[in-house]
Amino acid sequence: MLEFALSAHRGSFHLDVECRFASDWTVIFGPSGSGKSTLVRLLAGLDRARKGAEFVRVVLDETMLADSAHHAWTAPGRRNTALVTQHPALFPHLSVAANVAYGLAGLDRAARSTRVQEMLELAGATELAGHRPQYLSGGQAQRVALARALAPSPRLLLLDEPFSALDGTASDALISRLQVWLRKHNVQTVMVTHEAADAFAIGAEVALLREGRIVAQGPANDVLIAERNRLVGRLSAPY
Amino acid sequence: MDWQALWLTLRLATFTTAILLAVSVPLAALLVLGRSRWLALLEALATLPLVLPPTVLGFFLLVLLGPRTAFGRGIIVVLGHPLAFSFSGLVVGSAIYSLPFAVQPLVAGFAAVDASLVDAARLLGARPVRLVSTVLVPLARRSMLTAVVLSFLHTVGEFGVVLMLGGDIPGATRTLSIVLYNQVENFDYAAAYRTAALLLSFSVVALAAIYATGYARQVSRGGRRA
Repeated sequence: MLEFALSAHRGSFHLDVECRFASDWTVIFGPSGSGKSTLVRLLAGLDRARKGAEFVRVVLDETMLADSAHHAWTAPGRRNTALVTQHPALFPHLSVAANVAYGLAGLDRAARSTRVQEMLELAGATELAGHRPQYLSGGQAQRVALARALAPSPRLLLLDEPFSALDGTASDALISRLQVWLRKHNVQTVMVTHEAADAFAIGAEVALLREGRIVAQGPANDVLIAERNRLVGRLSAPY
Repeated sequence: MDWQALWLTLRLATFTTAILLAVSVPLAALLVLGRSRWLALLEALATLPLVLPPTVLGFFLLVLLGPRTAFGRGIIVVLGHPLAFSFSGLVVGSAIYSLPFAVQPLVAGFAAVDASLVDAARLLGARPVRLVSTVLVPLARRSMLTAVVLSFLHTVGEFGVVLMLGGDIPGATRTLSIVLYNQVENFDYAAAYRTAALLLSFSVVALAAIYATGYARQVSRGGRRA
C-alpha cells in the first residue's frame, strides 16, 4: 500500500497530489509537463521538499518514508524503492553484470552472481553480461537498467516511461514477464506514462494526472470511460 | 646541481600532493553533492589561497604555527618542536597554498558527471563514500590526474610560502626555488640556468602528460573535432 501527499513547485509549475494506491500495478497517466517525473522523483526521495513552501509525505506499507512536516526523511537507498526511467543511467565504466550487481553490496560473491544471472534472465539480457553499456542499443540498456533496479528486491518499483526504446512486441513480452515476477515477489509497481495505450492496457488501477493534479483515479475501465465522456463533452460543448 | 634540494623538493611535492588528494576528494564531493548554503563559504575559503599573495599566507601561517599562538604552542607540545622552519611545516603550508589547485579540477570533474548516475547509485543504496569511490572518482579520472599534476607542480615551484614559513635551511627547508633565488643573488647564472631548466622541464613534462591523455581519448573517439 502506497500513500502520498506531495506539494511542490518547479518554476511556475505546481504539483499538488494526494493519493493512495493499493493495486499491485498502478499507472499514472498524463501528458508531457503534467508533473509525472517530479512526482516520481519525490516518491523515490531524489528530491526533497524545500523548507516552508513545499510538503512531502510518503508512506509505504505503513512505514513513513518522508514527512516534511515532521522533518522525517529516508534516504533513497533505504526506501526499498527502485526507479527505472527513460534514461537508463548505466554506469559507463562498469560491465552490464557489474551494473546489475551494484545494489547487491551486502551479498557474498556467489549469491551476487546468482542474483545477477536471475535478473538478466528476467530482463532478457543474459547474453549482455560482459558488455559495456556504451555498446548497448537503447532497448538493451533499458532492459539492463530494469534488471539492476530489481536486483536488490525492492518493495516498490517506480517506472518512468522505462520501455520507450523497446518496440511494441518486445515491450509487451517484457511487461508480461515482469508482471508475473513482480506479483510473485510482492513488488508494488507505479508506472508513469504519457501513452494512453500503455496506461489502459497495463494498468489495473489508473490515475489521471493533469497540470499537477490527480483528476481521476480508479479501475482502468472506469477512468477510461470518464475520460472519454469528458472529451466528448468538451468537443460537443458550444463555442 | 643541488641534489639535496632536488630530493627535498620532490619529497615535499609528493607529501603535499598525497595530503591534498586525501583532503580534496571528499571536500570536492561535499561541494558538488552537498545541499547546505554554507558550502559557498567553504568553497570561498578553499579557493582563497588562489588570490592571496603567497607571502601574506606564509606570514599568517608563520604566526599561527609559531609559539605566539595557543595553536602553535599546542603543536610544540605535541611534536616537541615548532612547525615553522621545519619540513613538516613546509608540507602544511604547501598543502594549504595548493589546495585550490587540487579542489577546483575535482569540483569541475565531479560536477560534470551525469546527475542521473549519481541518482542511480543513491537509489541502489550507495552511501557517500561508496558513491564517490565507485562513481565520481572513476568517471572523473582526468580531473584527478589534473589535480595531482597541478598540486605537484605548484608545490615544486613554490617560493613565497616556503621562504616565509621555512626560511632557507639546507636539507630541511631549502627547495629548488630557493636554490635558484640564491644562485641569482650570487650572480651564478650558469647554475641558475640549470636549476631553472630543471624546474621548467618538470612543468612541461607533466602538462604534456595531462594533454596526452586528453588527446589520446579524443583520437580514440575519431579526432579532436569529432
